[in-house]
Amino acid sequence: MSKVNVSVTLCNIKLNNPTISASGILGTTRALLKRVAENGAGAVTIKSISREPREGHKNPTVITFEAGMLNAVGYSNPGVDKAAREFINLQDVGVPVIASVVGTHKDDFVRVIEGLSGTEFSAIEIPLSCPHTPGFGLLAGQGTPQATFDITSEVRRVTSLPIFIKLSPNISEICTVAKAAEDAGANAITAVNSMGPGMIINIEAQKPILSFQVGGVTGDALRPIAVRCIYDLYKAIKIPVIGVGGVSTGRHAIEMMMAGASAVGIGTGVYYRGIDVFKKVCEEMILWMQENSIDDINKIVGAAHD
Amino acid sequence: MISTRLWALHMIEQPIMVKICDIREESPNVKTFFFERKIHFNPGQFVMVWIPLLDEKPFTISYIQENLLGISVLKKGPFTRVFHSKKAGDRIGIRGPYGKGFNLQINSCVVGGGIGMASLATVIDTLPDITIIQGARNSSEILYQKRFKNMRLCTEDGTMGFKGTTVDLLDEIIKKQHFQKVYTCGPEPMLYKVVELCKKYDIDCEVSLDRYMKCGFGVCGQCDCSGQRVCVDGPVFTTSELNKMEDFGKITITKTGERVFINKQ
Repeated sequence: MSKVNVSVTLCNIKLNNPTISASGILGTTRALLKRVAENGAGAVTIKSISREPREGHKNPTVITFEAGMLNAVGYSNPGVDKAAREFINLQDVGVPVIASVVGTHKDDFVRVIEGLSGTEFSAIEIPLSCPHTPGFGLLAGQGTPQATFDITSEVRRVTSLPIFIKLSPNISEICTVAKAAEDAGANAITAVNSMGPGMIINIEAQKPILSFQVGGVTGDALRPIAVRCIYDLYKAIKIPVIGVGGVSTGRHAIEMMMAGASAVGIGTGVYYRGIDVFKKVCEEMILWMQENSIDDINKIVGAAHD
Repeated sequence: MISTRLWALHMIEQPIMVKICDIREESPNVKTFFFERKIHFNPGQFVMVWIPLLDEKPFTISYIQENLLGISVLKKGPFTRVFHSKKAGDRIGIRGPYGKGFNLQINSCVVGGGIGMASLATVIDTLPDITIIQGARNSSEILYQKRFKNMRLCTEDGTMGFKGTTVDLLDEIIKKQHFQKVYTCGPEPMLYKVVELCKKYDIDCEVSLDRYMKCGFGVCGQCDCSGQRVCVDGPVFTTSELNKMEDFGKITITKTGERVFINKQ
């Protein structure tokens, strides 16, 4: 078997392979991040941190359906002060660790990033796109070009780390929002967040199952939409795109990279294939590359474009 | 993974509404709710119980027969207070079963503290000759007295059985009788002491842990214990697994995801 390269460089961060654990998946503790890294992730993302502690929505918060997952966790997190104590000695994790930072006001993002300044995160991801948490993301109007520009500019002012802005697939003008982020100094776009919100009703109980009633849709149902968003973004912006949405096999990851993703986030795939989904996806990518005589994964980025 | 969920239509993690067909009072604060439902279940696994418009929490199954399953519930907080108010004919939602159960071996012992006894009850049903140690604060909290014969009981106040802890009683019994394995469930400081005691006698333990849970199927990370997901990697862990879990017996994780010290009892 021929040797192939799957390592990628994303905003000067070297990843052994292009898989990244998506925010909200197994990102609660340093020990768990390390376990995800041991299971093959090229980089890992923590569960989003806000200024104050949050319990999030009541259960049920995460359920699945025939084509994916529906979740409304509601940004449960211990708040920046406690998080800064949990996420120390990040070199122990073994791969780059990405911080995910959420806020209601511009000042919140600044305060959280300053609170995490003593830690060793490799990049900061800012989701401006959560569809199911009042005060945050879409429900706080953060998904508009202007709000995205303002928040990104403010974050740029206080950190020299690479900034990834995570966008919603719901908005029709995703490229306009991405350009606003790029103009404000973002280093990459993470595309996409969960779509929706959606709702699943238990017909015997005659009630929505999620306690918040609605939640973000991820998994297989999201993938074609994510691929389209990434394809459009690749043409529209110069900064790299991190593709997320329904990746659970090597073929999915390759498809996303051909659409234009430089790296690929995996979330719901952990449910479909276990915690070692990262390892499995990489093995499948390598096999596919060998079968198709491609020696470097970087060569397929954007290959679906004319 | 699929085989444990045959009772669900597909691999879909959604609650199925089941009707309460009987309720048994086990103690002043513990009721067992029975449901007519066939389920593939290994002792030590758990289900998520949904009360619509309220919340969803993990519970072990404490009775399992042909088409009948039972869940023993300690009245403790807002959720279990509402659960206790449910009547026969009312419906609740159940999804699962989830997690890894006990590896059952003959010539073993169960050590249950408080409501932890519920998760060991199906172990005892499967291994009828097993030695049973049950501890409670006082005689009124002892569970399953009619169900299981020859239990070795202990209470903190001495109102029934041995006066002292399950760990003290286990120590006395181990001196006279060798076990292949000790299965235990209860407050985590007790579990920690049981494991430490068994290490002294070179007996392997299997311990069922309790953490606040969200998804129940291993994606959210809420129930982390030193990199192990209690919902899918557990809730039952062996001595050798626990040896690598620094948080065991010391640190739990709150609803916000903060790692905090467990209150010593």
